[in-house]
Amino acid sequence: MTTGPAYTSHHPRWYRRRVSVWWWLESWRYAKFVLRELTSLAVAFFAVLALFKIRAIAAGPEAYARFLERLQNPVFLLLNGVAFLFVLYHAITWFNLAPKAMTIRVRGVRVPDWAIQAGNYLAWLVVSAMAVWVLRRG
Amino acid sequence: MPETVQLTVTRYRPEQESAPTVQTYEVPYRKDWVVLDALNYIKDRLDGTLTYRWSCRMGVCGSCGMMVNGEAKLTCATFLSHYQRGPIRVEPLTYFPIIRDLVVDITDFLHKLKQVKPWIVRREEKPLAEGLSSVRPGSGQALLGTGEYRQTPEQLELYKQFSMCINCMLCYAACPVYGLEPSFLGPAVLALAQRYNHDSRDQAATERLERCSEHDGIWQCTFVGECSKACPKNVDPAGAIQQFKLAGTLHWFQSLLLPWGTK
Repeated sequence: MTTGPAYTSHHPRWYRRRVSVWWWLESWRYAKFVLRELTSLAVAFFAVLALFKIRAIAAGPEAYARFLERLQNPVFLLLNGVAFLFVLYHAITWFNLAPKAMTIRVRGVRVPDWAIQAGNYLAWLVVSAMAVWVLRRG
Repeated sequence: MPETVQLTVTRYRPEQESAPTVQTYEVPYRKDWVVLDALNYIKDRLDGTLTYRWSCRMGVCGSCGMMVNGEAKLTCATFLSHYQRGPIRVEPLTYFPIIRDLVVDITDFLHKLKQVKPWIVRREEKPLAEGLSSVRPGSGQALLGTGEYRQTPEQLELYKQFSMCINCMLCYAACPVYGLEPSFLGPAVLALAQRYNHDSRDQAATERLERCSEHDGIWQCTFVGECSKACPKNVDPAGAIQQFKLAGTLHWFQSLLLPWGTK
């Protein structure tokens, strides 16, 4: 027998359906999954934006002011708003799925899913609060 | 309450037609009937040529998996009363080649299952005679221990969930990755690999990890999560695969830092 999908030779006329390119539109659950995958584009967008920001800062105060001015553009505001929503969706679905991958046992008993989710959300809040504190101080 | 309900059933007779068609049957609606009861009614009273698999009719054998209104279900555990208005669409499990009517070819699954060695592997088997040699003189009672592999309830708990799999393949029919990449080992096979990896008696976790880390293994899973929703036994294959990925990553880091300590 060869590796990969192998089928018995006794059924030469079995019928195989092709998966449509639009399979992810067939069910809302699949659509939500594809949406979750697409959020990675928004994450990448913010990463690239951060790189441009660092370049602008390195180029001096004037360049940075120009960079900030460009961000005031309605197109950028809209793009940032949409990207932010996507990243939020990304974060929430990520935290909700975390217990599937993390199985922590305390004295032989598995820590319930909600506790792992709560821990993740709490860490998110703490880190966000710290970021806000650093930004407001500066 | 309706008196009858319509079942729209996929028919495929390879000697007659080149592609599947549908046939509609009218069966009595009964509150205590499952879809499989309705199919048996069709087979017995209406059309003896309808072909489908079933055996235990109590959610144990895993033979009667089909698509019911587009969702992968065990037809023995899916009540007609869930779909009162009908018609109920009954199709063969998706992504598998159809042999006839509602029967699909599962050779691919069985072929993959074998590759992850879903059994306990020992480097060295303890001789059974060890147990026999420790018969307490005079009592005729064998002392437990030596020739056996004993397990604590905590050790059992580590893999018990994954051992509930009945190979019904509903998870494959729910997994779009398997549909798009038929070479993917798939949810049940990977969950069963984890079932043996987590077994304290087994010693082949590294071997299985190597097989499952290949291009058609754990990394092909994009965590759609539908396998776990389709599973009638709460095996949670999606969880198993993510934990497998975590274990694989840790193993990789370990082999990077301590190349002499991983074998």
